[in-house]
Amino acid sequence: MKDRTKYFAYPYLVWIVIFIVFPSFLVLLYSLTTDSGGLTNINFTMSNFIKFFNHLYMNILWDSIFLAAICTIICLLLGYPAAYIISKSNLSRRNTLLFLCILPMWMNMLLRTYAWMTILGNNGILNNLFEFLGFPKINMLYTRGATVMGMVYNFLPFMILPIFTALSKMDTGLIEAADDLGATKYIVFRKIILPLSMPGVISGIIMVFMPAVSTFIIPQLLGGNKSMMIGNLVEKMFILNGDWNFGSAISIIMMIIILISMSIMNKFDVDKEGGARLW
Amino acid sequence: MDNAIIELNNITKKFDGEIVLDDITLSVKKNEFVTLLGPSGCGKTTTLRIIGGFETPDEGDVFFDGHLINDVPPFKRQLNTVFQKYSLFPHMNVFENIAFGLRIKKMDERLITSKVEKMLELFNLKNYGKRRIDQLSGGQQQRIAIARALVNEPKVLLLDEPLGALDLKLRKEMQQELKAMQKQIGITFIYVTHDQEEALTMSDTIVVMNDGIIQQMGSPIDIYNEPQNAFVADFIGESNILDGIMHDDYLVEFLGEKFECLDKGFGKGEEVDVVIRPEDLEITPPGEGRLEGIVKSVTFKGVHYEMRIVVLDYEFLVHSTDKAPTGSSVGLTLTPDDIHIMEKGE
Repeated sequence: MKDRTKYFAYPYLVWIVIFIVFPSFLVLLYSLTTDSGGLTNINFTMSNFIKFFNHLYMNILWDSIFLAAICTIICLLLGYPAAYIISKSNLSRRNTLLFLCILPMWMNMLLRTYAWMTILGNNGILNNLFEFLGFPKINMLYTRGATVMGMVYNFLPFMILPIFTALSKMDTGLIEAADDLGATKYIVFRKIILPLSMPGVISGIIMVFMPAVSTFIIPQLLGGNKSMMIGNLVEKMFILNGDWNFGSAISIIMMIIILISMSIMNKFDVDKEGGARLW
Repeated sequence: MDNAIIELNNITKKFDGEIVLDDITLSVKKNEFVTLLGPSGCGKTTTLRIIGGFETPDEGDVFFDGHLINDVPPFKRQLNTVFQKYSLFPHMNVFENIAFGLRIKKMDERLITSKVEKMLELFNLKNYGKRRIDQLSGGQQQRIAIARALVNEPKVLLLDEPLGALDLKLRKEMQQELKAMQKQIGITFIYVTHDQEEALTMSDTIVVMNDGIIQQMGSPIDIYNEPQNAFVADFIGESNILDGIMHDDYLVEFLGEKFECLDKGFGKGEEVDVVIRPEDLEITPPGEGRLEGIVKSVTFKGVHYEMRIVVLDYEFLVHSTDKAPTGSSVGLTLTPDDIHIMEKGE
């Protein structure tokens, strides 16, 4: 290739090496060694990985996957209709709705999650409202439900946006063609709109599931000690226990799980039309 | 009319306050090949979309087989459309695209297969059933779009410039094929095009439209030979359009000469448009014609020469198998039936 523009990619390659490849390599190295101090004395071991496969940690892993899956399903059920409505509205309304979708993301995630604590807490806004209306107080904060709700709230835009992109890119001529061939609105949706928006749905699922399965701030703030997720475990190993090797091993296991689930998702994504693919 | 399958009565349509269709009244007979012809933006596609149900008229009524269908949605209308962009479903293969309409009707699977196979055969696409849409050429996609509509055996087929994206040779072939097919299966075609030659080749009836108004309706021969106004004359083939004055019935003056013609009924001294087809003018040696001119340019066009001949201040377009060299003086003759008199457009 005589194309010189490829040289413009070199700074980016350097960036990737420094900030992605090198740290990933370090995590891998930590996960495969024991804590023996310094690079001069490296002892390779699989003990960190073996340690993970016990009852306690596996339960946390399954629980994380379960909660993330619940969150993803709720996001999909809420996000698809929302994206559909946005894509069907006229231009100014569409822009307003999209803006409202993105607006909360401008705020710090920690702050947003703290806000939910004041809403859900025992003396929070909702419980005060219930009391005012004469209902008994409900214990909402520090439950698994609160964790899931916090995750849905934080990750919903990542579901709406790719589905919206896929839907708004769709050729309206196809819908007219199906209509012309005798398809009712329901059939048009099931046979044309839904299959053609699948790339957006897949992207959305990946973009919600990945951060959801590894989040640690949301279960910590909203779930209390009721729901320890895999992210919390990693954090605990690094910050509290100082066991970087085991923490790294858990991270590697997480990465492998995410890679596997992503490749499974891409298998479903047989259609190459419509774009909006993330990978 | 008893055998009218589609009737449009006083259809008016506005987009953002702008009139797109202005009081269109049109009747299409069963098994007729009707072409809506006009420049882009003339309202021909909107007319088709109103018949298809994709637009609702602001005023006026649409009848299908004698029934008012103004409020009938497209999926309930017994007609099918071949779209300009084909609009084939990209996530289905060729077979599934064609079978789409039949599947919705919940037809027996064996019947679907046999009908689709028959269509594929008819369109010379026999082994293409499993192909993806993006693996096909424009001509193949176009044929599948027609097959997908025809397999439903609609009473009326609407075609929106279906040949627009094809190259000239393929277009000519498809014109013949479509016409033959329409005759063979005997259904009504309503065809939209801006290509006057296509319209002349294929149609039983041509509806010439401009500015949302029907300019003329008639057989290709009538439209070509007896255009009702200067727009039609100019749009259907090339024309020389001159300013003239009617002196009497059958007598018109233009370029300072008086000519016999076949038209009457105009007021004495009324200003009119005089339309003369380029192929109707004949070149003579200088001094032997009715008009005297100088050849400005000569272009070889294959079958004929295209010449521009200046007479006084008017530049005539002349098609002739004879040729006169550039710069030479020539005479031009014409017979009374070569002269078409039209009311002045505004």
